[in-house]
Amino acid sequence: MNLQNHPIALALRGVSKRFDRPAVDTLDLTVYSGEVYALVGPNGAGKTTTLRMVVGLLRPDAGSICIEGIDALSDPVAAKQMTAWLSDEPMIYDKLTPYEYLEFVAGLWRIEPGAAEIRARELIGWLGLQPHAHERCEGFSKGMRQKVALAGALVHDPKLIILDEPLTGLDAGTAKQVKNVLRERVRAGGTVIMTTHILEVAERMADRIGVIAGGRLIAEGTLDDLRRLTGETATSLEDTFLTLVAEQAAAA
Amino acid sequence: MSQPASLTWLASHELRLGWRDWVSLITAGGRTRARNATIALIVFAAFMHIFAYWTVASYANANLASDTAALVGITGTLVLSWSLLLSQALESVTRVFYSRSDLDLILASPVCARKVLAVRMGRIAAAVVAIAALLAAPFINVLAMLGGSRWLAAYGVVAAMGAVATAAALALTIALFRVVGAKRTRLIAQVVAAVIGAAFVIGLQITAIFSAGTISRFAALQSDWMLAHAPDTTSALWWPARAMLGDYIALAGVLTFGIGVLCASIALFSRRFGEHAVAAAGVSSATVRQRRWSLGFRRRSPSRVLRHKEWTLLQRDPWLISQTLMQILYLLPPALLLWVSFGDRGDLFVVLIPVVVMAAGQLAGGLAWLSISGEDAPDLVATAPITAHRVLWTKVEAVIGMVALLFAPIVVVLALDAVFAGIVSGLGILSAAAAATVIQLCFRVQARRSQFRRRQTSSRLATFAEAFSSIAWAATTALAAAETWAALGTAAIAFGILAGVWLISPMRR
Repeated sequence: MNLQNHPIALALRGVSKRFDRPAVDTLDLTVYSGEVYALVGPNGAGKTTTLRMVVGLLRPDAGSICIEGIDALSDPVAAKQMTAWLSDEPMIYDKLTPYEYLEFVAGLWRIEPGAAEIRARELIGWLGLQPHAHERCEGFSKGMRQKVALAGALVHDPKLIILDEPLTGLDAGTAKQVKNVLRERVRAGGTVIMTTHILEVAERMADRIGVIAGGRLIAEGTLDDLRRLTGETATSLEDTFLTLVAEQAAAA
Repeated sequence: MSQPASLTWLASHELRLGWRDWVSLITAGGRTRARNATIALIVFAAFMHIFAYWTVASYANANLASDTAALVGITGTLVLSWSLLLSQALESVTRVFYSRSDLDLILASPVCARKVLAVRMGRIAAAVVAIAALLAAPFINVLAMLGGSRWLAAYGVVAAMGAVATAAALALTIALFRVVGAKRTRLIAQVVAAVIGAAFVIGLQITAIFSAGTISRFAALQSDWMLAHAPDTTSALWWPARAMLGDYIALAGVLTFGIGVLCASIALFSRRFGEHAVAAAGVSSATVRQRRWSLGFRRRSPSRVLRHKEWTLLQRDPWLISQTLMQILYLLPPALLLWVSFGDRGDLFVVLIPVVVMAAGQLAGGLAWLSISGEDAPDLVATAPITAHRVLWTKVEAVIGMVALLFAPIVVVLALDAVFAGIVSGLGILSAAAAATVIQLCFRVQARRSQFRRRQTSSRLATFAEAFSSIAWAATTALAAAETWAALGTAAIAFGILAGVWLISPMRR
């Protein structure tokens, strides 16, 4: 797939964020519409901080963030309108049912009620939540809560879906359902950006993989591109990733 | 050193946890805060001793044991205090069954469940007694200093009351488990705890309103009817009161009764503790179905959606329902007094209005914390295409709207009798609610709704500011209703509190 001809879904230019130490350091990142982009890196590399800045949960110290051509820093409301965020530990309301939760999310994103309801029923069906659609979420397992949160992220039909460790803690069946729903979104023209520690997920799902370490993007491309970068051809993504991170650490 | 898994070993474990819990409640983990908290406690204790001297010094050397009126008054006060202890114990006992923190670990171990319950009940009794003793200490100390050591017997009465309250709470909780089942016990126990805490005070006030036309809870106890029907001073009914007054035989009887009842209830109910705890554990995964599929999604603005969400969550929160119920129950006597004196005692408004305004401020503070700080899905709301300002404003609207809804009937009744007093009280309620909400805004922290019970721990400054603000607005409203210019002074204090809150607010840093 030649992504260079696709419009840009997300562009980060010189984005920096510092807490006690630099978390993200003059990061440049481009993600094209219709691709699945996986951001991988060691713990504390700056993956989650980067994504939290994209969705407006953190404000960068420097740089610009553009979502679907909209400057997310000067017009955050317009940028948020086309974005969905799903964290690794999604917080949902225990006292609402999945159906009520989806109605709430659709209302926040100003989705026309008829269309939102059809979409909510579809998502509830796809994710196997139908038998629990009218039960309060308080008794749900982690996997079910993750599914409800994912349905919430998709009910407003976002162009850009940003997920932080979306498959952590899910059983095989639920993980497959989530992957299928995400692939469906990409086929429909959406863009998915995710962080993951499970390199096999990145290897199987992502069109391109970005390796981040020390708040900088140290390598980017398809799995083959990354392998070529390390000068090896037959290793797994895990070996490639470890080689790249070790090289970066040695250079630093 | 005690044998692992023995009663004393479990008790020392509980003691350590209880101590650390208490220290963190007071200090919130900071060394500076610990020093400040200690100083504040010393100042508070000194103030309470002065207050106690002012109120009870004249009774220190009086011979009250043969005075029926005194025995009735002391017994009434003891029953009143005991009802509050029972309320607190009931809530703590319920938590033993439903809090999963370490119960899963302990019950999964080969430790005997009976021992666990015995130790936990002992801890609750100790906590109940400690709090009651702390509150009673200034009065007992002053009486002992002025009237002799016989007054120290009152500490024994407090201990017996705590033991009986814990035993009664345990019996009530087990009865609820058997009658309504594990699923409903928690909610009912919380509501019952709130009602019991308020019932006796309210009962006395209502009796006083009908018999003497006053809201004073002691008026009913000192009425001619009560004194005429009271048993002889030698009756066993007065043992707790006599023990309070330094009768050591009565004290021995009261203590034996209290500790005996607690031990008997633990022995009686501990056999099925494991069974009930397991039943309670199953409740967390029990499903609650909501009926609303056919109505479909409704067209609403994001602000309305947020407001609706806040109200739905408030309605479905059993803890909040019980707290709100208690606030409303406390409003019953003033409302009743208003109704009884409707039309002929306009000056009573000055007594009633501050109570109502105080209650509004306190209720708004709790609701505002739940709505503003207790947001369970902060990322979702923060990433929605709605400005942070609009989100906050909507939450404030939800809180003020709820308070307005609850207090509107009282304001309407007031306004029907005296338009000016009604308008002023309405404005006072809104001001107190708005001020409490602003304080919560200034001290907002990200928290879970389930942490509501410990919200005071996160900022004691906010708690004190909220209380003082409510008092200032209550005074302002009462003075304004009385049409005195002094209202401007208390209003200035109320605004001064808000300005002070704004200056020290963590939000400004």
